[in-house]
Amino acid sequence: MKAGVLLLFAAAASAQVDPDRILHADREPGNWLTYSRTYNGQRYSPLTEITAANAGQLRAAWAYQIQQPGKFSTSPIAIDDILYITEPGGEVVALDGLTGRPVWRYGRRPPSDLHACCGSANRGLAVLNDLLFVGTLDSHLLAIDLHTGKLRWDTVVADYRAGHAITAAPLAFGDKVVIGIAGGEFGIRGFLDAYDAKTGRRVWRFWTVPGPDEAGHETWQGESWKTGGASTWITGSYDPTLNLIYWGTGNPGPDYNGDDRHGDNLYSCSLVALDADTGKLRWHFQFTPHDLNDWDSTHVPMLVDANGRKVVVVADRNGFYYVLDRATGEYLRGEPFGKQTWASGLDAKGRPVRLPDTEPTPEGRVVYPGFHGVTNWFSPSFSPLTGLVYVAVREEPAYFVKEKESHKPGQWFSGGNPRGVPKVEPTGSIRALEQATGKLVWEFPLKSPPWAGLMATAGGVVFGGSSEGLFYALDAANGKPLWHFGTGAPIFANPVSFLVNGRQHVAIAAGNALFAFALPKPLP
Amino acid sequence: MRCCALGLLAVLLSAQTPRELYVVRCAGCHGPAGEGSRGPALRVAALQRANDLDSLTTLLRSGIPGTEMAAVAASEVADPALRALAAYVLGLRTNSGEASGGRLNRGEELFRTKGKCLGCHRVNGEGSASGPDLSEIGRQRDPQWLRRAVTEPESAIYDSFGGYRWTILIPDNYLLVEIATRSGEHLTGSRLNEDAFSIQIRDGEGRIRSFLKSEIAELRKRWGKSPMPSYKNAFSTAELDDLVGYLAGLRGLR
Repeated sequence: MKAGVLLLFAAAASAQVDPDRILHADREPGNWLTYSRTYNGQRYSPLTEITAANAGQLRAAWAYQIQQPGKFSTSPIAIDDILYITEPGGEVVALDGLTGRPVWRYGRRPPSDLHACCGSANRGLAVLNDLLFVGTLDSHLLAIDLHTGKLRWDTVVADYRAGHAITAAPLAFGDKVVIGIAGGEFGIRGFLDAYDAKTGRRVWRFWTVPGPDEAGHETWQGESWKTGGASTWITGSYDPTLNLIYWGTGNPGPDYNGDDRHGDNLYSCSLVALDADTGKLRWHFQFTPHDLNDWDSTHVPMLVDANGRKVVVVADRNGFYYVLDRATGEYLRGEPFGKQTWASGLDAKGRPVRLPDTEPTPEGRVVYPGFHGVTNWFSPSFSPLTGLVYVAVREEPAYFVKEKESHKPGQWFSGGNPRGVPKVEPTGSIRALEQATGKLVWEFPLKSPPWAGLMATAGGVVFGGSSEGLFYALDAANGKPLWHFGTGAPIFANPVSFLVNGRQHVAIAAGNALFAFALPKPLP
Repeated sequence: MRCCALGLLAVLLSAQTPRELYVVRCAGCHGPAGEGSRGPALRVAALQRANDLDSLTTLLRSGIPGTEMAAVAASEVADPALRALAAYVLGLRTNSGEASGGRLNRGEELFRTKGKCLGCHRVNGEGSASGPDLSEIGRQRDPQWLRRAVTEPESAIYDSFGGYRWTILIPDNYLLVEIATRSGEHLTGSRLNEDAFSIQIRDGEGRIRSFLKSEIAELRKRWGKSPMPSYKNAFSTAELDDLVGYLAGLRGLR
């Protein structure tokens, strides 16, 4: 009896995800405890059962079909054989990792008059102690009981009727939950928020568009800052030693027409480093000053320690790969990593040198990359094993048309109408870049521009997805294809890996299902 | 923000004149002037599903389930603007007489005999499937387009890419490809689909063939090329009128 009580207690305790467990995520490689698995944003799995030599034998273990269709983009959290996922409308489901069977479900029907620019999507959860955190399309932040799926608190982050939405996975650490906001096509003023994980009370807010009397305000013309965009819709990274969080920001508003927002438009299209306790700005680096092409810098920044230097690397929508000192924000290096026709290069401080006649016009102009960038929100990956940065690359121009548009709260406010370019078939690839230099090491061609992220593993494999619905494994060293599986629908998601009963699984959302794969069980 | 900025959506709210709404919401599939492309032509005598203002407005609001025709949400286009768009679309219709002054029987005869069109095309279950099936071509394309397709086939290759698509389920642009397999087979066909690991084509005999790229020694994509010859000098002007008249009358199942 006593032993039974102790056992129960132990099980309950292990199901708690205290902050230390996430800080030391590498101590439990079989779990996936935060959006990118570790706070450094690398989306790298230390698991080694699946290797370049045996990946060709991967088999589907199970699939879970979601209940409400949408853009299924969840990045599962995996804790001790249970997966926690979000469905596109913000529903949260706990799945048995062995079978894919749901064990509880939290359903919340969003209102019908939403302002998500690009359809219903939710990219995942954060976990801390016994709570899961999820943002909703109507801009609430919810805390859900990890064990039962019941709502524990519900905080309104912003008014969705004014164009706000939440699609990103929150980032939880210490006693806080940080959440970003979407709405850059609706003339919102962007911000990043931190909430008390226990109560849901707001701890700090950092406005990504500075108000009057704040540094950077002078980079906005007149009242344009009020509708300046610079949303924060992709999960950032965290350096516990420096106590800084790193977060990418979105396009300035209106997207394609800068006539009424002359200036650099800080801190749009930037990486900001914020004090994790206070939300105060430590430094910023702007990738695309005065953006006119919707090249958000909402990417997962990857924190890498290399040659004794703490750096952060970003492969940006604008076509350049950047290496920055993450303590100071100092620009160390930048190189093109995909097709772009808008800049002749970067100057000594990393500022792009825009070519003449590349801005959108009323008649329209063709520029590479298009409005979806050389890459997009989906995650890059870094393997400490190979020293390579893996990026899913889009090669797709757009015909950028500028239009005059006035702002009405809650209404579309993009100042233009970009289109595809006739007779140019968009394409894409997976590229492996040398981390320190950005030099291309290998490339795996895709038929269409990808919408899926990457995950490198200690087994020497890179997993990715394609817009034709293929989930595939590449050799991390040379890009050689090892295995693929046709899921039957375009993939808009990031892969993860975890252990179930000690066996390595990889999983990805595709179409309306989450697919899990593993090696065949050895014969008894 | 936006992962995924989208021109189409952008338009919804910014462009509200009927013409602007048409360009952003409809032209991608129905052609800039309603001549048709991936979707049916609208510059026809009568639309397939709705020919009065109320029905078409309702149809636009609800979309057509099971097709690519999406619903227009009220949050994107308000009722008055949608009604104006419906009126604009109805105004694209032609007088039925414009379709052609040609003689339909003569056109069909030319299609079957002198043109040998069934050697590559299929109509109502007859003919080869190596080229596009023309059973419904009269409601997909207008007569001017059809005339150009017969005289300058390469100018009429469908362009999949001008109208932005987030993902491309089927490229449907009849891209001409030449394949040399590692086992020594050489063949030419039109691409039906492709991904990073495989390609599906329809060969000259109309058969669907699928190849893993690992089996292919050389894959050439002949952008802008069509296997169809020009019939500009093959037919007299009167014969062309007859042929186009026949094609414009191909409306599929009624």
